[in-house]
Amino acid sequence: MSDRTIRRILIANRGEIALRVIRTCHRLGIETVLAASEADMESLPARIAGRTVCIGPARPGESYLKPETIVQAALGVEADAVHPGYGFLSENPRLARLCEQEKIAFIGPTAEQIEAVGDKLSARALAEAAGVPVAPGGPVETPEAARAMAERIGAPLLIKAVGGGGGRGMKRVDDLSLLDEAMSLAASEAGSAFGDARVYLERYVERGRHVEVQVLGDGERVIHLGDRDCSVQRRYQKMIEEAPAPSLPDAMRAGLHQAAVRFGERIGYRGAGTVEFLVDTVRGEFYFLEMNARIQVEHPVTEAITGIDLVAEQIAVAEGRPLRLAQHDVPFLGHAVECRVNAEDPARDFQPSPGTITHVRWPTGEGIRVDTHIGPGSKVPPYYDSMVAKIIAHGPDRATALARLRQALAATELEGIRTNIGFQASILADAEFNGGGVDTGFLPRFMARTAPVTAEA
Amino acid sequence: MSLKPDDIREIMALLEGSSFDELTLETGGEKLTLRRGSPVARADYAPSQAPTATQAAPAPAKSGPTAAAASTDPNVTDVPAPLLGDFYWAPKPGAEPFVTVGQKVEPDTVVGIIEVMKLMNSIRAGVAGVVEEVCAPNGRLVEYGQVLMRVRTGA
Repeated sequence: MSDRTIRRILIANRGEIALRVIRTCHRLGIETVLAASEADMESLPARIAGRTVCIGPARPGESYLKPETIVQAALGVEADAVHPGYGFLSENPRLARLCEQEKIAFIGPTAEQIEAVGDKLSARALAEAAGVPVAPGGPVETPEAARAMAERIGAPLLIKAVGGGGGRGMKRVDDLSLLDEAMSLAASEAGSAFGDARVYLERYVERGRHVEVQVLGDGERVIHLGDRDCSVQRRYQKMIEEAPAPSLPDAMRAGLHQAAVRFGERIGYRGAGTVEFLVDTVRGEFYFLEMNARIQVEHPVTEAITGIDLVAEQIAVAEGRPLRLAQHDVPFLGHAVECRVNAEDPARDFQPSPGTITHVRWPTGEGIRVDTHIGPGSKVPPYYDSMVAKIIAHGPDRATALARLRQALAATELEGIRTNIGFQASILADAEFNGGGVDTGFLPRFMARTAPVTAEA
Repeated sequence: MSLKPDDIREIMALLEGSSFDELTLETGGEKLTLRRGSPVARADYAPSQAPTATQAAPAPAKSGPTAAAASTDPNVTDVPAPLLGDFYWAPKPGAEPFVTVGQKVEPDTVVGIIEVMKLMNSIRAGVAGVVEEVCAPNGRLVEYGQVLMRVRTGA
C-alpha cells in the first residue's frame, strides 16, 4: 500500500467533468467534495457530491480561477487530493505548486511539466530534443533571419504568437515580400493581446488533420492509449471527436503513437495527457502541435475503445503508484465517436443560449454513453462554457458507431435552451464526413454549402 | 421551484407594508407562514414534500450553511463571509476576540479575519447594530456567503 492513498478528493471544476470525476471516485470508494461557485450550488454535481463548498461568486475570476481559494478549501475539508478537471486551473502551475507545498496530491502533472509544455517555444524545443517532428520553422531574432527562414519554409506560412493558442495570435503570410511588415504587426498585436511580443514562423499546412495521442505516465514510464481525430472544428473549437482516427496509414499511426510516448518520456510525464499533432495529408507527414497536460473533453472515446477509466488511472498515478498497465495491456476495440452538445444557437452564429432546462431526455441504448450534468430543471448559467453534454457512441466499426450516434441524437429531447444538436446531426449525415478522415477545413466547407438550408430550417 | 431566502425576504417585506398580520403561502410542495407583531417575527418554513429522486442521492457529510442560515427577523442582519477561507474571531491565538455578543458595531468595525493561504483578510460588519450571535466557529473553514454572525439593527 502506498502511504499517499487518496481517500477524499476536492473537485475544482463544474459541469459534466465534475460529475464524471465524482462518479469514478464514488465507484472507487473515494469521498468527494465539490468546490462550486454560487451559481452552481444547486447543480447536479453539487447534489451528487458527498459535500459541496461554495468557493465564491458566479464569475470564474472570483471562484473557479482562484488557486489560493481552491487549496484553502482542500485544506479546510481535509482533502488528500485536488482534481482540476479541464479548463479553469487544470493547467495552472500555481495550483499544482500550492498543492505540492501543502502536501495535497495534485491529480495531474508537476508544476514544472505544466510550465514546460505550456510555453509553445519550450514545448517545440522539447519535441525536437525528443526526436518528435515539428513543422518547419522556429523563432527568429532579426528580420534577416526571418527572411532566410521564410525562404526555407516557403509560402504560405504562419506567424504565430508564443503566447497565443486556440486559434488566436496567428497570421498567414502568402506573399513573402510582405514578411517584414507582417512580422512587426504580428509582434505588436501579440504584445498587446498576450503581454508577450515573441512570435515564431511555421509552415502553413493547406490540408491538415488534427490527430492527437492519449498518453499516461507515472513520472518514469509512459504508455499511449491510442489516437483520436478531432478535425471537425468550428473556429478551433472541436465539435466531433473519434477514436481511432479514421483512414490513417498504419505506419503513420504507429509513428504518431511512438512520437507521443517519446515526448512524454522526455519530460518524465506524470498523469494523463494528450500530445496533439497536425497531419499534413498532402505531404503525408505529421508535426507536433502541443501537449495538453490534463484530462481532455474528448477522453470518453478513448475510454470506449480501450475500456480503461482514465480518471481512475489519473488517481492511481497521483497516489505515487507506478502505472498499472503495460503497453500490451491496452486493447483497441471498435470505434467510438463523440458529439459535443452546446447551449448555442446555430441560426444566430452560434451565440450562447443560457437558460433553464424545461424538459430533457437523454438517449440510451447499446454503445451509448452520455456525459452530462443536465437534468430536469437544471440551469445553464451564462458565465461558463456552453457545453451541456457529450454523447458518445461505440460500435464494432465506424459505420455502426456513427449509425448509433445519429440515432442517439434523434432520440435526444432538450427543451428550454437552444442547442447545436440539429447542426451536429446534419454533419453526421454528411457524405464527406461519413467517408472519414476529413481535414480541419471540412466544417467551413460544409457550412458554406449548407448555409442556405440551415438558414431556412 | 423552491422558495429561496431572497424570495422569503421579499414576501416578508410585502407583509410588512400591508395591513395584514398573518400570511400563509402554499405552492407546489411548500408552505410558508409569516406572522407579524410578536417580539420576534417567526417564519415557519418546511418542505411538505419528500425530496425528488435526483435529490435523494446519499449526501452524508453535506452541510448547507449558506442556504440554511438566513435570518428571518427583519431587524437582524446576517454578516456573510465575503470569501472562502479559515475564519478567526481574534487577531491572533489567545487574543481577545474582535467582537462578542452584545457589542455595538459600526459598518466598518472589524469583526473577524478570513485567512486564505496565509493571506489575512479583515472582515467588516457592513452594518451598524449590536452583535446578536456569532454563528461561524473560530478557526474553521467558512464558505463564500456563509453567515459569520448576526447583527441586530433596528431600535
